[in-house]
Amino acid sequence: MLGRGLSTKRNLLVRLRPIAFIAVLLILWQIAVSRSPAHLLPGPWDAAGGILDLVRHGLLLKYIAASLFRVTWGFVAAAVLAIPLGLTIGWYRRAELAFNPLIQIFRPISPLAWIPIAILWFGVGDIASVFLIFLSCFFPLLLTAINAVQRIPSVYVNAGRNFGLSPAHLVYRVLYPAVLPQLITGLRITLGVAWIVVVAAEMIAVNSGLGFLIVDARNAGNRYDLVVAAMVIIGIIGLLLDLGMRSLEGAKSLRWDYSED
Amino acid sequence: MPLTESVTTPAATKLSAQHVHMTFTRDGKSTPVLNDVTLEVAKGEFLCIVGPSGCGKSTLLSAIGGFLSPTGGEIRIDGQPVSGPDPRRIFVFQERGVFPWLTVEGNIEFGLFKLPRAERQRRIAHYIEMVGLVGFEKAYPAELSGGMKQRLEVARALAVNPDMLLLDEPFGALDSITRLIMRGELLRIWREERNTVIFVTHDIDEAVQLADRVAVMSGRPANIQQIVNIDIPHPRDLSSPRYLELRNGILTQLGLAHQV
Repeated sequence: MLGRGLSTKRNLLVRLRPIAFIAVLLILWQIAVSRSPAHLLPGPWDAAGGILDLVRHGLLLKYIAASLFRVTWGFVAAAVLAIPLGLTIGWYRRAELAFNPLIQIFRPISPLAWIPIAILWFGVGDIASVFLIFLSCFFPLLLTAINAVQRIPSVYVNAGRNFGLSPAHLVYRVLYPAVLPQLITGLRITLGVAWIVVVAAEMIAVNSGLGFLIVDARNAGNRYDLVVAAMVIIGIIGLLLDLGMRSLEGAKSLRWDYSED
Repeated sequence: MPLTESVTTPAATKLSAQHVHMTFTRDGKSTPVLNDVTLEVAKGEFLCIVGPSGCGKSTLLSAIGGFLSPTGGEIRIDGQPVSGPDPRRIFVFQERGVFPWLTVEGNIEFGLFKLPRAERQRRIAHYIEMVGLVGFEKAYPAELSGGMKQRLEVARALAVNPDMLLLDEPFGALDSITRLIMRGELLRIWREERNTVIFVTHDIDEAVQLADRVAVMSGRPANIQQIVNIDIPHPRDLSSPRYLELRNGILTQLGLAHQV
């Protein structure tokens, strides 16, 4: 009994450690800001005040919703198009040979380089930023899907054929489960990228959202407390998105790897 | 035509491979792997194929399974030419063939999709018990040992009631103690089910312990050098003079006798 009490106590301490570490950093930040003569950065206290300010004006939830809305649509559209296309290209060796040069040319182009074209095509607004997020997700997901199919060990496909599966069943009962763990990892990483890109897209292409908030706070009277407040919110939401995707990866039917044993 | 063929083929013949040739072509270079392989396997027989590694044993087995088509000659099962994989003959890979995303139950159920639910449940329970995986129904392959995964793959194969099992070095990745146990298990299951078994191995002891007949293959391009009848009843005494004689005969055939 005593031992268990001790170990839960120790567990709690381990869990509290990162929080305590963050608290120490916040205190150091506050001390450094209050001691420096020049206003290089607002302190954590100011930033917290900025967040409260945003809440009071009803802007915080509105901007978070606007940013999440764009990320969701861009991300979902990219996933819906890129994954089936990637799986098909990966399955047919000839398709991969045909498409690969094109993909390799488009892939290194930063989605931000598309901003002028996005605005030209869709004007300033939601569609332009959704399009940019779509682009930032599409190529990484396409490559993930292509790689995932190509990595399926042939024993699984052969076993599926051996048991008399029709092509549709082979896709649903062998290919799909075999690529799922890799796809989910790819989706998690891509969602992180989308969350980075939405901030940049909102700085230029729209007038709402957390990215817009950062530019707007600076332009409208150098409200750096709001800038830092927005950065903190972006960080926290990014963390939550990642934790959400990671919890998917933990499912038992997904926790395996070809390289095991 | 097929009618006259099935009349001329004796009823007891399960598999008949006639003058099978296989040549792989890669980057414009062709490599002959099988050179005029002729083989007959009787219904319910346990045949082992041994030979030097890389000689084409697995290629022959893949052709019998319908995964590869021979570049020459013909393979017939029950008088019908083999045209592709078929649930009536299940290929068992080393234990890597089990699906890691399915539980033990899910793996055994994999090939049973055409059966009604009650029958599926019955077979799952039956084969889980037969291969000794009771209590592991909900376990994923990652939680099983190598030997258990191998038994699971055999159970998955048997669950569809195949009339042939094609085993490609199934125990190759197991430690020597597990391998001995698995051989005993396989013989016990074979005696219950009486499928035709074709078992590829590079382990001569394994072949002599298990098989009714052992087909000895030459180096590449391979053909069948000799077929040895193992006329020792089961359970086999591994130190009996007849066992050692047969084993040495095969070693000599492969040019490996008294080498170490």
